[in-house]
Amino acid sequence: MSFVKTIAGTGQAAPTSATPILDVRDLRTQFFTDEGVVKAVDGVSFSVAPGETLGIVGESGSGKTVAALSLMRLLEEPARIVGGQILFQGRDVVQMTAEELRAMRGDGIAMVFQDPMTSLNPVLKIARQLAETMLVHGKVSEEQALQRAVTLLGRMGITAPQRAIDSYPHQFSGGMRQRVMLAMGFSNEPSLLIADEPTTALDVTIQAQILDLLAELNRDYNTAIVLISHDLGVIANVCSRVVVMYAGEVVEEGPTEQILTDPRHPYTWALINAVPRIDRHVPGQRRLVTIEGTPPDPLNQPPGCRFAARCPFKIARCDEHPALTEIRPGRKTRCWVTQAGENLPQPKTQVAAPATVKAGMDHGEGTKLRRGERMLELRNVVKHFPLPKDTFFGKQKVVHAVDGVDLDVAQGETVGLVGESGCGKSTLARVVARIHQPTAGSVIFHGQDISNASQAQIRPLRRRMQMVFQDPYASLNPRMTVGEILGEPLRFHNITATPAETRERIGDLLNVVGLSPKAAARYPHEFSGGQRQRISIARALSVQPDFIIADEPISALDVNIQAQIINLMIDLQERFGLTYLFIAHDLAVVRHISDRVVVLYLGKVAEIAPADKLFADPLHPYTRYLISAVPIPDAEVERKRKRMPLQGEPPSAIDPPSGCRFRTRCPIAQGICAETAPPVVEHKPGQFAACHFAGQFK
Amino acid sequence: MSLAQATAVPVSIAPVASKRRRWWRRYGLASLGATIILAWILIAIFAPVLTSHSPDLVDVTNRLKPPSAANLLGTDALGRDVLTRLLYGSRISLTTGFVVVILAAIFGTLVGGIAAYSRGRIEEIVMRVTDLVLCFPPIILALAIAAALGIGATNTIIAMLVVWWPKFARLARSLIIVQRSQEYVEAAMVVGLSPARILIRHIIPNSVGPLIVLVTLDIGNAIITFAGLSFLGLGVIPPTPEWGSMVSEGRELIEQWWVASFPGLAILSIVVGFNFLGDGIRDWLDPKSRRR
Repeated sequence: MSFVKTIAGTGQAAPTSATPILDVRDLRTQFFTDEGVVKAVDGVSFSVAPGETLGIVGESGSGKTVAALSLMRLLEEPARIVGGQILFQGRDVVQMTAEELRAMRGDGIAMVFQDPMTSLNPVLKIARQLAETMLVHGKVSEEQALQRAVTLLGRMGITAPQRAIDSYPHQFSGGMRQRVMLAMGFSNEPSLLIADEPTTALDVTIQAQILDLLAELNRDYNTAIVLISHDLGVIANVCSRVVVMYAGEVVEEGPTEQILTDPRHPYTWALINAVPRIDRHVPGQRRLVTIEGTPPDPLNQPPGCRFAARCPFKIARCDEHPALTEIRPGRKTRCWVTQAGENLPQPKTQVAAPATVKAGMDHGEGTKLRRGERMLELRNVVKHFPLPKDTFFGKQKVVHAVDGVDLDVAQGETVGLVGESGCGKSTLARVVARIHQPTAGSVIFHGQDISNASQAQIRPLRRRMQMVFQDPYASLNPRMTVGEILGEPLRFHNITATPAETRERIGDLLNVVGLSPKAAARYPHEFSGGQRQRISIARALSVQPDFIIADEPISALDVNIQAQIINLMIDLQERFGLTYLFIAHDLAVVRHISDRVVVLYLGKVAEIAPADKLFADPLHPYTRYLISAVPIPDAEVERKRKRMPLQGEPPSAIDPPSGCRFRTRCPIAQGICAETAPPVVEHKPGQFAACHFAGQFK
Repeated sequence: MSLAQATAVPVSIAPVASKRRRWWRRYGLASLGATIILAWILIAIFAPVLTSHSPDLVDVTNRLKPPSAANLLGTDALGRDVLTRLLYGSRISLTTGFVVVILAAIFGTLVGGIAAYSRGRIEEIVMRVTDLVLCFPPIILALAIAAALGIGATNTIIAMLVVWWPKFARLARSLIIVQRSQEYVEAAMVVGLSPARILIRHIIPNSVGPLIVLVTLDIGNAIITFAGLSFLGLGVIPPTPEWGSMVSEGRELIEQWWVASFPGLAILSIVVGFNFLGDGIRDWLDPKSRRR
């Protein structure tokens, strides 16, 4: 009871001098489910001043999205706002009638959602959808609305808006759709824009463009922005103030710069330190800081501090529930330790427990390669996917997914594969794993050409090459128990002889990936995303491979879980001498884990170099752009950094540009770039790049 | 705390429905459907126990009697007890419904699975054959085939099977194509499992949900079609009690409404039962409609 009052009290003392445009006081949103009441948002207070940019950060399940939906009253049964006030320009949204809500939505507050693919109506032209949002509020005529739509699209950075307006959403890429969504959001010049993970589904280069656009719109229209994200880098880029949420509560609030450099809540501290930094790589420090455990059960929140169970700084008083208290003007935290004036120290990286290798988990003897020997060779690998013909006599069109890639992977190394979506990195992984057959070229694994081998011929090699997939929800058969999933390859390859041996082996595998052997009896849906990814890794390890292809294994996970999985993969590599082909779109992670990095652009290699050199001194202009687009969770660094926004979108892989494929977006392209495709040449020791003017773009 | 909040904030929303009411809203109709079907199955099994009359006993002196204590649903033109024939009739209706749909589902799924898994020319041939069958109105085609084969329950079932399998083949093919590209199937490939094992252990178990829904919804459909064929004089050989032929026998007896209406109501109830159950299973299998 008492802490409720405290929150309400602090909520009124707005940290900014101006009257806030949005003042959320003690908001409570609950889901009435069959299992009980889930307190998704449990007493959240914050305010936004006119023209301010506020970030809300937290892991999935922290209640940040539910809070955002509550602000617009967009929740449906069984979710309900059961308490609190949402004062928008002094009027309480919670009390509004349906009529008033409609008037407010879109006009006063606009919202942009995460998934640009589903947030536009696919059967209506862009013009209709844009004009509609302006017309319903009855301020303009249809002609004016259309004119304004064109202007807005142009403002949002869409080229040829006159033509774009007559298109259907499916003709646009994800980034373009997000621009359309923003245009729609801004069509009535709202005083507040709520953006819920607006860039999560986008590539880094496109993300950088959208973030820049958000910052510009904030400046030009003085629109306040509430940006919700799990990525502190994104927040640091746009927001001046941050609210950190955990288990339905605000745990810390303050100016972005201060929070990022000096977090005052252990959860914020953990969030900041779990993310590898692209600008601050410490050689030799391979393991990331992680916190153990998972967020508390939302049906049954602990009575004390909700973070206490996972907190490395726990004290006796944490059994009591701390209130969100101001420790300095503008800075609030919900932690007994820092409220008492203590600092949170810089983290010491954990050292992995000494590996206890079970005899049965050891790898095949005899044929084992020594470290550094060549394990996988790709020679001019090509994969084209034919498209359905438009007409019977029409020209056969193909997607040039992978178009002539050469790559060697040596025993024991980690090769990172990066590039925008559509660059062919997943296709290349599937060609190497021989899920797909290459159209041309050869894949040589352990000296054996497997490019045209039948599945039966490859089967013996399957025991040496395994794959971990991106989506932890789709990569495990939902109708098999974990024990069956892990036992199937063991029995199929005759690795274990008796059921008892299989069981024992499954227990070992689960131990190795940090799960309890009891997990074997349960089904995948009973596990969280991170745990599923561990099961996926255990399945890959079951046949004792020496080479693992990891196709974006962490991109669907929260940052802390990402760090746990990265640490696990590093452990396993050191323990079993594994070789990794690690595919990711997160460059900071790739830099952290990889020895060498391959940059793909539209099916071709742009650059291959040792990780340190690639990030310190990229030779290909595209690599330079990619690195510059990664947001850094440090407002100070972010301000000093020279921004180099890469313009435009990747061209279509159906009809790629002649010559150098990057030339259409390249600032230093010249005549020769359109005529000859640059070969991959070693410009500096170990550094290969496919560019006529390698290293000339700074 | 929650109480204090609830009074402090006048949020005007109706109280949350109780757990039981929500269950009823979600599965009420489905359990009603299941009850109807279960009742008919029990009737089919225990028909001889439930009535003292014989379904085939002709008693011309007692013909076309309205419902009475002796004949609860009256008698037909040959003096047979309508209730008794109705109870016995459930046997043939349920049997044909189940047999046709389950055989068609097994055959169709197999053919569709092979088509989806082999792709290329085999798929093309299979799918064009299904197109060929599907382009005729089902009852007309079944009528033609049944007429060619001759009257009789077995021949009618064969005729219906020919018409029935293609929709299962189509559904199974599309379901399996969707599952084929799932990551867990790719994972099974990478682990090195054989295609047969992947199909049987991984793909089919994950595709059966919608097939079960179609099977349930379709049994009602098959019962109607069979009754329709019997009404038209195909199907069972008289005097076997069958609902469709009973309706047919009573179609000109407007005054003696009980002869045709009670078998009609029986068909209605069983079809509605299967539809409710099928809808329920679909909702239960669809995670999107499950919450709420």
